Amino acid sequence: MTAGLVISDLRVTFGGRGGLLRRSEPPVAAVDGVSLRVGPRETVAVVGESGSGKTTVARSIVGLVTPEAGTITYDDTVLGPMRTRPPHVQRAIQMVFQDPRSSLNPRMTAGAILREAWHTHPAVAPKGDWKQATRELLAEVGLDPTVAGRRPSALSGGQCQRVSIARALAVRPRLLVCDEAVSALDVSVQAQILRLLVDLKSERDLAIVFISHDLGVVRQIADRIAVMRSGELVEEATAEDLFTNPRHPYTQMLLDAALDLEGVES
Amino acid sequence: MSEIAVAESLAETQYQEPQPRRSRRRHLSGALRLLPYVVIAVYVLIALTGPLLVDYDPLSTSVTDRLLSPGSVKGDGSTAWLGTDSVGRDVLAQVVLGARTSVIIAVLTVLVSCVLGLGLGLLAGYLGGWPDTAVARSIDILVAFPGILLAIVIAGLFRPGYLTVIVALAVGGWIGFARVVRGVAMSLRERDWVDAARVMAVARIRIVTRHVLPFVVGPVVAMATLEFALIVLAEAGLSFLGIGLPPTAVSWGQTVAGGKEYLETAWWISAFPGLALAGLVISVGLVGDQLTARYGGRRR
Repeated sequence: MTAGLVISDLRVTFGGRGGLLRRSEPPVAAVDGVSLRVGPRETVAVVGESGSGKTTVARSIVGLVTPEAGTITYDDTVLGPMRTRPPHVQRAIQMVFQDPRSSLNPRMTAGAILREAWHTHPAVAPKGDWKQATRELLAEVGLDPTVAGRRPSALSGGQCQRVSIARALAVRPRLLVCDEAVSALDVSVQAQILRLLVDLKSERDLAIVFISHDLGVVRQIADRIAVMRSGELVEEATAEDLFTNPRHPYTQMLLDAALDLEGVES
Repeated sequence: MSEIAVAESLAETQYQEPQPRRSRRRHLSGALRLLPYVVIAVYVLIALTGPLLVDYDPLSTSVTDRLLSPGSVKGDGSTAWLGTDSVGRDVLAQVVLGARTSVIIAVLTVLVSCVLGLGLGLLAGYLGGWPDTAVARSIDILVAFPGILLAIVIAGLFRPGYLTVIVALAVGGWIGFARVVRGVAMSLRERDWVDAARVMAVARIRIVTRHVLPFVVGPVVAMATLEFALIVLAEAGLSFLGIGLPPTAVSWGQTVAGGKEYLETAWWISAFPGLALAGLVISVGLVGDQLTARYGGRRR
């Protein structure tokens, strides 16, 4: 048995469906032959420029996108669309989205958002008092209990992202897919959310797939880094190796660009 | 506006020295804005209490009282405030009971259309794929016929009655709802919170009811008011043509039709039900415009 997430030869295409009256156009491959492993308690970052296919990889893992070819397995269970997965696998993989505000229903309070997770997965719902459990869960992501009664519009971006993380944690996941989870936040808030993720990772024994375009952020959290370009994986190495000894020219370029920016900022 | 409200508004204009004129105008437009609601409330009240207010039997005619002008005294000593028709029946009673018919049919038709349109629109917009294609093509086909023509054909096929009229009007009525709901649902489907619910494996029906439906309600309510006005008109149109409702029912359209031969000599037979019809349709339309301005454009 292979523990954790295994992506092999993933290929995802968009468009190209011909209609009755339209001539079909050739499909565009967003992800073309990506293979990646994420073991238990491991943080793997996927970096690349916009359009490199990294978000599509994330969405394939959580079943929001149906791959054209290739397989994704978790603990040897093949992953299809979310609805077709067995409940314990549904719970095992959860996602934190890029836009902290729009990933929360504006008509629901933070408490209602967390309760929905438990309502959907009674197996991990708290046995006793849901109110108490809500308070504890909010405290775990660094939020005040009063947040439970508020809607997203009454919360800051950072607080929204914490609620989003709490929602994912509510079903006790083993793997958290963070799609640009901090890139929409202020730099100071970014650091707080990153620290929270690092803490949660060790406390909850989480594995994390961290999608980002920001090498500076990735450096703080990743064990291993996969670099994507135009739908393909160009390099995969441990964080240390990649930063000290990049092999692929594209990685070199990304690093130079990041260093240039750091130089300008300081 | 009550005296207190006037006093208050005057006090406010005095205290807000910089822009007194603007403030007064805002108060005036505020009161005007409420007017259509008041008018509609009066219609609904009359519709609900109609049979208690007037004693009217469409089958009882009185030849001696025919074509009396408004305000005349009838043979039985009562006053015909809005005159009588060609067979001596009271026009005021017909206007009052016609309101009941109009409101009942419009409410039920809007309800049926709304439920149907909401269901099909959500199905098409949220699921996409072949359900969407099926609904979209059905709409295209139905839109190819003029709505009132379709209603006339359907109403003509079945036995006259309330149910026939409601079915005939709902066949075209749901389209507007389905279009609006489909559009909103399609855009909501792409929203992150819907994706988040999908990742959580929330049941589809729950995603639709909790994460999509609440955002459709505003536009649907706006649509419902506009549709209500159209259906009141369409029902009157069918009745005017003598189809849909049986002759024993009381309807503005029938009364107007009954007076069309006497327009020069007894204008009141057609004029009063016509005015009642116009008052209701315009008021509902004004409310609909206000609601559309508030909800129609904004699709969150």
